Amino acid sequence: MDILTHDILIVGGGGAGLRAGIEISRVNPSLKTAVISKVYPMRSHTVAAEGGSAAVLKADDSHDLHAYDTIKGSDFLADQDAVEVFVRDATNEVRQIERWGCPWNREEDGTIAARWFGGMSRKRTLHAADKTGFHLLHALFQTSLKYDTLKRYDEWHVSALLVDNGKVGGVLALNTRTGVFSIIAAKAVILCTGGVGRMYAFTSNAGILTADGAAMTYRAGAPIKDMEFIQFHPSGLMRTGILITEASRGEGGYLFNKDGKRFMENYAPSKMELAPRDIVSRSIIEEILAGRGFQGTYGSYIHLDLRHLGEAKIMDKLPMVRELCLDFAGVDPVHEPIPIRPTMHYTMGGIHCDKDGKTPITGLYAAGEAGCVSIHGANRLGSNSLTELLVFGARAGRAAVEYVSTAKPASNDRLQSLAKERMDFIQKRYMKAGNGKEKIGAILTDLRKTMDEKVGIYRTEEGLKDGIQLIQRLKERFNKISLTQQSRVFNTELIQAMELDNMLEIAHVIALCAQVRKESRGGHARKDYPTRNDEQFLHHSLTYMSKDGPRRETLPVTITKWQPEERKY
Amino acid sequence: MAEEIKITVTRYNPDTDKELRQQTYSIPYHNDWGILDALNYIKAELDGSLTYRWSCRMAVCGSCGMMVNGTPRLACSTYLNEFYPGEITLEPLANFPIIRDLVVELTDFMEKLKEVKPWIIRKNKSDEDDTSSEYIQTTKQMDNYYQQTLCINCTLCYAACPVYGLHPDFVGPAVIALGYRYNNDSRDQGKDERRKFLASEDGVWKCTVVGDCTEVCPKHVDPSASIQRTKVDNATNWFFSFLKGNK
Repeated sequence: MDILTHDILIVGGGGAGLRAGIEISRVNPSLKTAVISKVYPMRSHTVAAEGGSAAVLKADDSHDLHAYDTIKGSDFLADQDAVEVFVRDATNEVRQIERWGCPWNREEDGTIAARWFGGMSRKRTLHAADKTGFHLLHALFQTSLKYDTLKRYDEWHVSALLVDNGKVGGVLALNTRTGVFSIIAAKAVILCTGGVGRMYAFTSNAGILTADGAAMTYRAGAPIKDMEFIQFHPSGLMRTGILITEASRGEGGYLFNKDGKRFMENYAPSKMELAPRDIVSRSIIEEILAGRGFQGTYGSYIHLDLRHLGEAKIMDKLPMVRELCLDFAGVDPVHEPIPIRPTMHYTMGGIHCDKDGKTPITGLYAAGEAGCVSIHGANRLGSNSLTELLVFGARAGRAAVEYVSTAKPASNDRLQSLAKERMDFIQKRYMKAGNGKEKIGAILTDLRKTMDEKVGIYRTEEGLKDGIQLIQRLKERFNKISLTQQSRVFNTELIQAMELDNMLEIAHVIALCAQVRKESRGGHARKDYPTRNDEQFLHHSLTYMSKDGPRRETLPVTITKWQPEERKY
Repeated sequence: MAEEIKITVTRYNPDTDKELRQQTYSIPYHNDWGILDALNYIKAELDGSLTYRWSCRMAVCGSCGMMVNGTPRLACSTYLNEFYPGEITLEPLANFPIIRDLVVELTDFMEKLKEVKPWIIRKNKSDEDDTSSEYIQTTKQMDNYYQQTLCINCTLCYAACPVYGLHPDFVGPAVIALGYRYNNDSRDQGKDERRKFLASEDGVWKCTVVGDCTEVCPKHVDPSASIQRTKVDNATNWFFSFLKGNK
């Protein structure tokens, strides 16, 4: 098999991957660095982030305040040393992206403008209208083009990490265009593969978010962390689940039930619509369960009302919200309320890594949503994730540069034999055409239904046990899939099969960790254990793959100066 | 029986086909489905081999451009109800080589994107990565280039451009708009470095001002206006350099 050789390989060309790539190329242009992506990098899911990016820039703000808001928002599960590093680096990172051309909205004096966001005690969410992720990603992608030393593999699918004796030596990857698999050897690999959202039916996530990074790390023997913490964003547009940004509440939008009442006063009277996402999402579900939602073709929903903001403000600060409502729901928010309900949005957990993105596999790093440092703990505050990918993308890049200065590459013979093992597996598991009865589409539909119903916003012992059984059954059905074709060029069906396999593996971990955690904390809400239980559960969950299924361990939370307290808003 | 709609798709698999063929699918009609919903239905239920690009399904990633009844559109935000009860024909984006089915070759576009140097260029290079402060830019200064930042690189404008169809060397609408975007950003000082590419034989002067690029742009970037303004700028520059005796 062909071997393409690099010093550092970045898997994923979204915000974190490109930030890492730029950092490496800038710090040491003599390194052979590459970014490999399933799509063209500017099509990555970072493009869909809307509301903003949090950082301390203003005189009335401080790093301690940003840290405290983040830790309280996390329901005290974030590692506080990591949060302190995060808020400190954040300030420089947002200035850096400004210098790289991001069109941030401006104050009257020409400095970067900030807006309110849920759970933040200061106006610190910097934004480029409501297309912040789009502008940030394009600024990063376009800036990355100035580095001739940064090679790209666009539209390649990474199928496995090649790990020898606890040390990464590269990946096995499929060139979608030709259908040929190659080994890409690298002394260091940085995984920036994003989240897992497509295993849920109602999600804000792009089609490419299929748990690839988490699954390949898990299979390679490293743990994944805190997977039970799934964030549901309060405002998903009905039918599609498309994100309607939190900025719409940050700019003053209201939530109404069908009785015309601003119901948040019953749940978070001091913050109202600007309480953190876990609280607002659960409040909406409570209203719907109590029969106070509107009824529609696609189920119950509530109203997000922006009409009182006026057309000028909506067009200035929330133009994309208007576009999305018009294009995807036939509703004009200038004149009508928006039908919404909570949508699966973000994975707080991910590949276990530290402040420099380092994982337990030597030479393997993770950053962005794919990684779990952890700074979000049990619930991420809105606008901390765009900042996260800048901060930890850059940090992982710098750490990898340092590591490869002394690291030795894996031997080509060893890589060949690891790749051959994996190729045999791929042939046997995915590429059999016509001899199985199960369809990929049907298994995926059933997985999504299971995740929505059994591992959704509210969880119970019975539901989770059911969910785990159903997922195990889906895994068995997956053994009997067949592809309709074995074409080489752009075989998206083969890629879908590999993605579904990844999602099934990680869905199992999510359901199991949710079942073991018998408490409610942040995004993890148990109907049968409604309170937080610090005595038994103030810890991270680490899950390893074993032949008997997921094996779970715990890891203490790092607490520096903020003692856990009851979370009230 | 439930209502149905017919969708005819261009098929081409280089492994097995010598030439393009057409295949028609009948699918259940939903008045709130986009063309992308229909394609995803066909792939999951009827034909796993059908091949197309998509990702965000919210008209911002730029993946799902294709010819819909002859016009370049995004599949995710084009609805079946616009055509029903008529039929829909889907073809790969015009003016690009076909890789398979609705997937076209974008390498040429990606290379041109880089050629225009779409990044902030400063005379003093150390400015570029200096994080000790931000540049100051007023909203008014932002208005000079903001519209062109909205391009999602979907390449619909290339599929609509008759000049690109005849002369693939033409730099083309989206890339010129991107050059315009950086040239007009108050933080940038790289206009001279971009001029050679933009004013070359294959640059702005090849445009014959048909305006179809602006017509099909799903984000109202107005590449045509960017091209015409860049022409004016280049002409003015040429005139002044002539006066100064540089030519």
